[in-house]
Amino acid sequence: MSYILIIGARSDIAKATAREYAKHGYDLYLAARNANELEEFANDVMVRSQRVVKTIELDILNYDSHPSFYEQFEESPLGVICAVGYLGEQSKSQTDFNEAKQIINTNYTGVVSLLNNIANDFEKRKSGFIVGISSVAGDRGRKSNYIYGSAKAALTAYLSGLRNRLYASQVHVMTVKPGFVATKMTKDMDLPEKLTAQPREVAEAIYKAQQKNKSILYTKWMWRWIMLIIRNIPEWKFKGMSI
Amino acid sequence: MSLLSWGKYPKIKNTVFRFEKEEILKPIIKTYRSIIPYGNGRSYGDSALSDIVIHMRPHDYFINFDEQKGLLHVQSGVLLSEILESFVPRGWFLKITPGTKLITVGGAIASDVHGKNHHVEGCFSECVQEFEIMLADGQVTTCSKESTPELFKATCGGMGLTGIILNAKIYLKKINSQFIDQTTIKTKNLKETFDAFEEYKKSPYSVAWIDCLAKGNNIGRCLLMVGDFRDDGQLDYSHQSNLSVPFDFPSITLNSWCVRSFNWLYYKKVKQRVSKQKVDIDTFFYPLDAIQHWNRIYGKKGFTQYQCILPKESSYEGLKEILEIISDSGKGSFLAVLKLYGKANDNYLSFPMEGYSLALDFKMDKGLFELLDKLDKIVLQYTGRIYLTKDVRVNKETFEQGYPQIETFRQYRKDHNMDKKFQSLQSQRVEI
Ligand SMILES: Cc1cc2nc3c(=O)[nH]c(=O)nc-3n(C[C@H](O)[C@H](O)[C@H](O)COP(=O)(O)OP(=O)(O)OC[C@H]3O[C@@H](n4cnc5c(N)ncnc54)[C@H](O)[C@@H]3O)c2cc1C
Ligand SMILES: NC(=O)c1ccc[n+]([C@@H]2O[C@H](COP(=O)([O-])OP(=O)(O)OC[C@H]3O[C@@H](n4cnc5c(N)ncnc54)[C@H](OP(=O)(O)O)[C@@H]3O)[C@@H](O)[C@H]2O)c1
Repeated sequence: MSYILIIGARSDIAKATAREYAKHGYDLYLAARNANELEEFANDVMVRSQRVVKTIELDILNYDSHPSFYEQFEESPLGVICAVGYLGEQSKSQTDFNEAKQIINTNYTGVVSLLNNIANDFEKRKSGFIVGISSVAGDRGRKSNYIYGSAKAALTAYLSGLRNRLYASQVHVMTVKPGFVATKMTKDMDLPEKLTAQPREVAEAIYKAQQKNKSILYTKWMWRWIMLIIRNIPEWKFKGMSI
Repeated sequence: MSLLSWGKYPKIKNTVFRFEKEEILKPIIKTYRSIIPYGNGRSYGDSALSDIVIHMRPHDYFINFDEQKGLLHVQSGVLLSEILESFVPRGWFLKITPGTKLITVGGAIASDVHGKNHHVEGCFSECVQEFEIMLADGQVTTCSKESTPELFKATCGGMGLTGIILNAKIYLKKINSQFIDQTTIKTKNLKETFDAFEEYKKSPYSVAWIDCLAKGNNIGRCLLMVGDFRDDGQLDYSHQSNLSVPFDFPSITLNSWCVRSFNWLYYKKVKQRVSKQKVDIDTFFYPLDAIQHWNRIYGKKGFTQYQCILPKESSYEGLKEILEIISDSGKGSFLAVLKLYGKANDNYLSFPMEGYSLALDFKMDKGLFELLDKLDKIVLQYTGRIYLTKDVRVNKETFEQGYPQIETFRQYRKDHNMDKKFQSLQSQRVEI
């Protein structure tokens, strides 16, 4: 068993993670919508690392397809890393419920639907790992992105519960909480250089932490402390703040 | 977002387009003027800065490797470090590499970079079989030395002024170890340094670190490092997260006292005249890459590097004069590199010629440009030239006299409508 399944593989973080795992000798299943557009990338990983890389079509919002999606693997994956996400537009999501729904379903509902299938199988076979990419935005709701933040908060709680449940079956679940990362999701934002990670840094941190069975990974590391402070601001004060 | 070069000077606002796809790039090239490609920003000055910057680093896929020929096909934003990570463990190394591995393949071609083995292997263009480039009209064409020699000679060393290199096929070389047998020769003055270079001319890799603050009879004393790959089959090589300079140092930390003691320590550490070491690839080729963001030690104002080359016959006198002036000014840095080069190639703007080159860093400071103008005069007097990829201030006359093929290059750009389309602050300054 040598395959790692990466969900949302066209994400910049996912791509860097794919290269990182391939470099360490793993083969890859890369799942994404419009998977055909991943062919060049799959080839990149193969040329770089001489591993087997397969691409598979997956829409995280197409819940009905999830059971058959997971059944198609000849060799079931050793572990799964889920990077799908949708930041959306906060202001739009306040007035247009379709936008809110897409944010919630992409970051949460869809992930639950898919990971449930995988978790049940890993639990049965008593092995495997699940890495879910959530966000520091889920640590506290802020006016600038609380629809996204609340979906990520739900995902964080889901992963925590899953970790608790699967502990007995030696299946390890890790929650990744990136701060700012320079990816296509954030390409139009002016991010503070020192707090912003490159996708490759995130990927290296994920690989290292996953190999050590860490439960929660903040990346860059200082986000653990930044969020500790932000979480501890009393609500009466927080409600008047703009951060 | 604005992009800076390695020297963090000048700081300008520009419009940055991150490369996504050829189809997206094409209309951008057709619409705008004063466009310049940007790789990984390791050029020191203003070669990669302009109003409109095309950020090529995201264009970073490996395309193919032909094991038989040792021919690697990659997109132009791939870093040399990424090539090493994948290929050193498989027994391959770059034929030509500069003193940092954190540059893109596109940047390597555009500056026609060279390494410690210039005297035997030449510039980066020697390992380039062909590349694809998007020209001023948005068309993509394949270029090689054989099929389109003019475009090849204009683009290799052409500082991004002929178009956007999209991908390239480059030859790698076989190695059988990730270790190098290094010999360090300690010399007492410039004369001894030159003699040592001659003595070790056969060594495939060589470079000298000069203590440029030494005074009087000690001027030009150095540690010359020469070496070649071992043959022990040890090829494990992996990317390491490095130390980092976390913020811009306040300017006072780098006063001349600090620099002087650093120089002195470095030089004193080596006791014997000739000593031998076994070192790994990163230590031998890329010592500065071990500290991320080391450019921050020069503080907010930034810094520049002065790199000149003089023809071999006159190198000794010329460099002696230059080193004396630097020594008197007290402005030199802890990094001064001296190297013997092999024959020049026939690319229009490649820097190397047969002779000695000196490179050293200077913090941005009052009086600096006057000092460098003085050095320029000596360089011209000895018919040398300045390396564009390090430069941020050279004037048109000095530049032109150093590059006899400049008119050919200018004409080529005009003929192909590149002159208005592709421009950097540097090309505007020296009017190329
Ligand atoms: C520590 C250090 C050591 C160095 N040692 C050496 C050395 O030993 N020898 C040496 O020769 N150089 C050396 N350099 C200089 C460096 O190798 C060159 O400046 C190189 O061109 C930087 O590449 P880059 O990818 O960072 O490109 P940038 O700095 O972003 O751009 C450099 C030039 O390349 C052009 N360019 C970039 N990408 C493309 C593209 N896709 N298509 C067309 N043009 C493009 C730009 O327009 C610009 O003119 C050193 C630099 C540092 C910081
Ligand atoms: N960048 C940051 O600052 C940051 C910070 C904290 C957390 N995160 C999280 O990190 C993860 C990776 O994000 P990223 O920064 O790498 O951004 P990204 O490149 O935009 O990645 C998001 C990915 O999710 C995929 N996706 C969206 N809807 C989908 C659907 N219905 N079905 C399948 N895939 C879908 C997208 O696919 P397409 O490529 O097809 O659009 C995209 O590849 C996300 O979960 C994100 O929330 C990012």
